[in-house]
Amino acid sequence: MRFVEEAGRVMILFAQTLGWTFRPPMQGREILKQMEEVGVRSFPVVIITAAFTGMVLALQSFTGFKRFNAESMVGTVVALSMTRELGPVLTGLMVAGRVGSAMAAELGTMRVTEQIDALYTLATNPIKYLIVPRFLAAMIMLPILAIFADVIGMLGGYLVSVQILGTNPTLYIRRTWDYLEFNDLCSGLLKAVCFGMIVATISCYQGFSTQGGAEGVGRATTKAVVISSLTILISNYFITAILF
Amino acid sequence: MERDSTIKIRVVNLHKSFKENHVLRGVHLEVRQGESMVVIGGSGSGKTVLIKCIIGLIRPDEGEIYVDGLEITSSNGQKMNEVRKKFGMLFQGGALFDSMRIWENVGFGLRQQNRLNEEEIKRIVSEKLRLVGLKDIEDLMPAELSGGMKKRVSLARAIAMEPEILLYDEPTTGIDPIMADAINSLIVQMREKLNVTSIAITHDMKSAYKIADRIAMLFQGKIIEVGTTEEIKNSPNPIVQQFIQGKSEGPIKIL
Repeated sequence: MRFVEEAGRVMILFAQTLGWTFRPPMQGREILKQMEEVGVRSFPVVIITAAFTGMVLALQSFTGFKRFNAESMVGTVVALSMTRELGPVLTGLMVAGRVGSAMAAELGTMRVTEQIDALYTLATNPIKYLIVPRFLAAMIMLPILAIFADVIGMLGGYLVSVQILGTNPTLYIRRTWDYLEFNDLCSGLLKAVCFGMIVATISCYQGFSTQGGAEGVGRATTKAVVISSLTILISNYFITAILF
Repeated sequence: MERDSTIKIRVVNLHKSFKENHVLRGVHLEVRQGESMVVIGGSGSGKTVLIKCIIGLIRPDEGEIYVDGLEITSSNGQKMNEVRKKFGMLFQGGALFDSMRIWENVGFGLRQQNRLNEEEIKRIVSEKLRLVGLKDIEDLMPAELSGGMKKRVSLARAIAMEPEILLYDEPTTGIDPIMADAINSLIVQMREKLNVTSIAITHDMKSAYKIADRIAMLFQGKIIEVGTTEEIKNSPNPIVQQFIQGKSEGPIKIL
């Protein structure tokens, strides 16, 4: 029962956020600040995650494919897995952990110290001023991060295959290129956009509904990360099922 | 003191519950134009809920609030925003935006309006800060200030938009007695210099006597007595007497 109620509240907040997104004036300054926070500062984490995932993917699929002499397909597997699945999902999860927690903690602290009330009294809508910039920043930056994750992941796979496993570089690139479709990239980026909206909406909701001082802020932060991560993984299945 | 006797804020039969906790049980209160009203009451008596209902941060379950004759509990969105522009509020902990510098805090409302340029805003900010007795702190962060200074900055922020009504949430709580007295003097000055109508909630009787034209006592979700400072001091009501004298024995039971 509580779950349904909370889900409903998140959806209401999502709708309100969308409503305020298109109402002028734009909070340009805030949006840029959040884009830096969500995008630029998450960059190292996402890059490292993607690089090692691409590398381990090459190692594992090589072991498997070797058993039926299909080692040349490693490039294809790495490319498809990264673009369709791991690029966006891992980026989403890393951003949920890094940025979602920060959003919930910051907004939660603002809630318990009455800063959100203070915004209202200064005739400023907190959804417009606080949530919309975070929402837009996450929605825009997540696909950009995912593109980097895709490319770095494939690069990692390439390096492991060519340098360690001794695959022919030309063959590896050809196998990657021949089987990769534009659609693979697009579906992955579409997922990333959705994950951005999920992380921002859920984390901001948790921050806004914080109650009870420092302990409450801690609880909100944990919930923001856990719920956004789970929602990413669950919705990932359904988005994939629909996109095919 | 001669004052305009038109009613600025009228609260009628206000009710508010949180889950099973019935906090406000039919509050009636009238505040006249230019008057300083102080609402006293124990912790948890619903003072903060009352003041937050008046400024529209909490929606009451029942009852009406009129500001300049306009009913506000049923308004929302844009209309409510217009009404809020009449208000300034000093929060208990200051509620300064801790990611912003002092001048950005004080000038926040002005910046959001987008009518003035940065130069003019900074000039207004310095002027408001001077009014609350502060200078040369524009570029500091809120974390660098003491509790009393934060309250002053918060007051400067509340008056930056030149509101007609000022609400004070426990203005003297959590600061030392000397600073508390300075804040009280400021509140009196605000009324005299800016001619605002104000509502303060407090349980600090010294502060109440200093800043109030009239005092109202909130007890068990209702206003049980309203009167001038003298009338309250001489009130025959044992509940009021117990509270203003700060006795632990009497009709108010401590759980």
